[in-house]
Amino acid sequence: MVLKIRNVTKSYPGQTPETAVLRGVSLDLAAGSSLALTGDSGSGKSTLLHLAGALDQFDSGEIEIAGTRLSKLRDRQRAALRRRDVSLVFQQFNLIPSLRIRQNISLHARLGNRWDPDWGHVLVDRLGLTGLLDRYPEQLSGGQQQRVAIGRALALRPKLLLADEPTGNLDETASSAVMDLMLELVRESGAALFLVTHSNAIAGMLDQRLHLQLGQTV
Amino acid sequence: MIRSALSAILSHWRRHPLQLATLMAGLALATGLWSAVQAINGEARASYARAAEQLGTTAADRLAPEGGTITLQQYASLRRSGWQLTPVLEGTVRFKRQSFDIMGIDLLSHPLVPALAEAAEQDSVPALDALLPPGRFFAHPETARMLAAAQSEHPITETDRLPPGVLIADISLASRLLRQPDSLSYLLILPDQVSGLTPLQHLAPGLIRIPARSAAADTARLTDSFHLNLTAFGLLSFAVGLFIVQGTISLSLEQRRGMIRTLRGLGVPMRVLVVLLAAELAVVALISGTAGLAGGYLVAAALLPDVQATLAGLYGAAVDGSLGLRLEWVLSGLAMACSGTFLAGAQALYDLWRMPLLAAPAPQARGQQAIRSHKAAACAGALCILAGIAIIALFQGLLAGFVFLSGLMLGAALVLPLLIATGLRIGARLSTRPFTEWLWADTRAQLPGMSLALMALLLALATNIGVGTMVSSFRLTFIGWLDQRLAAEVYVTAVSDQQGTRLTQWLEDQGITVLPIRRSEIRYKGAPLRVYGVADDETYRLNWPLLEALPGVWDRVAAGEALLVNEQFARRHDLSPGLSLALAPDWELTIAGIYSDYGNPNGQVITSLAALLDREPDIPNRQFGLRLPAEDVPEIVSSIREVFEIPRENIVDQAGIKARSLSIFDRTFTITSALNLLTLGVAGFAMLTSLLTLWSQRLPQLAPVWAMGLSRRQLAGAEILRSLLLAAFTAVLALPLGLVLAWALLAVINVEAFGWKLPMHLFPGDWLRLILLALLAAAVAAALPARRLSRLDPAELLKVFANER
Repeated sequence: MVLKIRNVTKSYPGQTPETAVLRGVSLDLAAGSSLALTGDSGSGKSTLLHLAGALDQFDSGEIEIAGTRLSKLRDRQRAALRRRDVSLVFQQFNLIPSLRIRQNISLHARLGNRWDPDWGHVLVDRLGLTGLLDRYPEQLSGGQQQRVAIGRALALRPKLLLADEPTGNLDETASSAVMDLMLELVRESGAALFLVTHSNAIAGMLDQRLHLQLGQTV
Repeated sequence: MIRSALSAILSHWRRHPLQLATLMAGLALATGLWSAVQAINGEARASYARAAEQLGTTAADRLAPEGGTITLQQYASLRRSGWQLTPVLEGTVRFKRQSFDIMGIDLLSHPLVPALAEAAEQDSVPALDALLPPGRFFAHPETARMLAAAQSEHPITETDRLPPGVLIADISLASRLLRQPDSLSYLLILPDQVSGLTPLQHLAPGLIRIPARSAAADTARLTDSFHLNLTAFGLLSFAVGLFIVQGTISLSLEQRRGMIRTLRGLGVPMRVLVVLLAAELAVVALISGTAGLAGGYLVAAALLPDVQATLAGLYGAAVDGSLGLRLEWVLSGLAMACSGTFLAGAQALYDLWRMPLLAAPAPQARGQQAIRSHKAAACAGALCILAGIAIIALFQGLLAGFVFLSGLMLGAALVLPLLIATGLRIGARLSTRPFTEWLWADTRAQLPGMSLALMALLLALATNIGVGTMVSSFRLTFIGWLDQRLAAEVYVTAVSDQQGTRLTQWLEDQGITVLPIRRSEIRYKGAPLRVYGVADDETYRLNWPLLEALPGVWDRVAAGEALLVNEQFARRHDLSPGLSLALAPDWELTIAGIYSDYGNPNGQVITSLAALLDREPDIPNRQFGLRLPAEDVPEIVSSIREVFEIPRENIVDQAGIKARSLSIFDRTFTITSALNLLTLGVAGFAMLTSLLTLWSQRLPQLAPVWAMGLSRRQLAGAEILRSLLLAAFTAVLALPLGLVLAWALLAVINVEAFGWKLPMHLFPGDWLRLILLALLAAAVAAALPARRLSRLDPAELLKVFANER
């Protein structure tokens, strides 16, 4: 399993165990498979995604990424894990505005010492970014920026790809095109995809689907 | 509506208290340093005006000789022709090695008489007592105390209606003490004159009429350059402080764009919003301005003693010791705070005014927009520099010098962001590692938010380098000059002329070369001029610090046909070797050379002792320089004291004088060093406030990199590294700017302000120290944001991705 989540709980200051944002969530995700996490606003979807990405710490339970238990890791080791094995795609794209598209795409892979120019070339070509490499993010449309974010995430050849409403800022047509492309490339890269979405249509495109309600899977 | 809108606008500060504190601190600092300088200047100018008024020189015109002095015969002749004139004889008298300025007046006709009579009455002394032997002095209580310690022959009447530092006496006593029985310095033209008199220019064509106001403003005029220097420093500090204010106001308005858009959408007119924001700024300006004034008052009070020492040392101008609280100072300080605030906020308010109702709250200019704004600023900067160069090429004088410096400094500050951005771009190109590539690019992205603080740092560093180089060059030159000028091993002052004669004889019997130091004081074009007579001795030929000279200069001086003039006198009157100078109508000599004479506010000339004694045989013969082997100094000093009972303080060895001179020199520049450090402190604070106010904008840029696997500690380290990088770039660019500033101070400003030009020396060690200090300030400024980042809750970074910010 690339991702194992066992009985994880998480609460924010002021919350009681009964009102915790996550209450005993468990799931498994194998290499090359994809999982859509749906749920209402405030159900804890993004929190679970952040925990799965070693971005935040949980109160109890355990999360394993590619066999590494997160509860035992210190801040520096969690950062190293993210650098090496985990990629993220966000709704807001979160590109680095001061870097050109070429640099944005390669940044994560180079930080993790996993940059493969040939694979990068394939991604750029498939994502239709060839003529945009010397531009800055602010010079691109929303759809183009999201394709850059996907390219950056996949350039690492991560074991686990996390995506939080990756097409939430795009219109329906662009959204569908971007999702098709992302799923295709995820399959080619062999990564496991864990995706948070509100959209039933997008959730239906993935292998598995899990619904989160009041901090618990249903 | 207005109350609700105001409440919404002000709610911003509840969420950003640090920003408010930064704004107020920046404004208080800017106002404080400016007000401190103004308080010092105001106090000094008030002192000059008070002194002039107390000496009775504000009400009457003066009749002064072009050169030399006025004879009693000339005075009597003018009086006989019906003019109501009163004579004045000025000079310097010494009692026990202590010098006092003396003003001899006619105690029956001078405008000061009523005040002196009142003082005498309070002292229970008959009004005419001062006219009778041995003669009485009138002096400010402070001066009277010093005089009483130095002499007891003449009684003293204290009166605080006289300025400190000057003795008033009847003209007969003054002429006796100055040994000028037939000389008058100038004549005051009394206000009530009968009509139909022959014009003075016909009766006395050799005398110049100097209007009352200009005569009274002598000291003020002499010290104008010093006060202008201080004002320039104050203005620089004010400008550096305003950089903080501008940055903070812009940020606060930018962060409120969303709120303002909402308020407009809810029906509040833009005009009302702008007025409310302006009112908010005015209140902040008044509160901060008041705090700044309080701080400025304390700084001024702390610096005033050093300013007094400087003014006394450089110009012989006395300034009262206490600092008054003047209404005009308070009002002008508050006006500066308000106008500075609106100047700093004008652009941001204007942008807000022009913001379309549906415009999205845009972040600060970055990317292409930032590059465009850098280029526009650089063009404006280049124009400023060119304008400054054009001014200095076309015009001369202190004001032109300051305009050149202002253009240069402002221009360099405006060009700075483009230069740094270019440097960062080159750095990014050269980097091969992803982390450094990101660091360079991210530093460039942060530049728009940091550029004002960096401009402030550039100005502060350049000023420190420039002024530091000027002061150190001056010090080095001064030490060299002291070595040349103070060639004699020992300086002795006899208690009387008779003792002086005996001492000379005794010393010559011991085989010691004695160099008499004898001088007379005349006036040249209304200003005092000291005429020294020197013996023809190898000491002068070998050591005297000549800047320019004709061939055979010392032979000509020794022959009594030529003289030497000091640099400031030569510059003031545009004199050069080969021209002639009339010290009196019948005494004209060729200028054979010009010598440096640092620290002396007055004109000075040197001629042959024999020639001087021919004209003025009675001038005192009490001071001597002695040439002897250094190892014999202690023995000779003790022998002189034993044989002649000369007080210890009347015998000073060369090292003692040098030490004293250097100590005066160092004290003179204490205020400069203090203002330098304060300006650098303000610039460091500007960096800190910029980093803190940018803090909230940094997270969206840092969170993605953190998510990609850089730890918070690494990011915190990057923050410090970024701050160091920017400070280092700025420091490297500040160095050439500082050197140009030093050149301008040495070659233009100093010549105009003090009358001497100094060679420029370079002090790489000082620059290195200063650059390290700037880097330390940058690291300290970044330490707080970096610490916050290293301890930041990941949930705060996650908000960036959750779009909750």
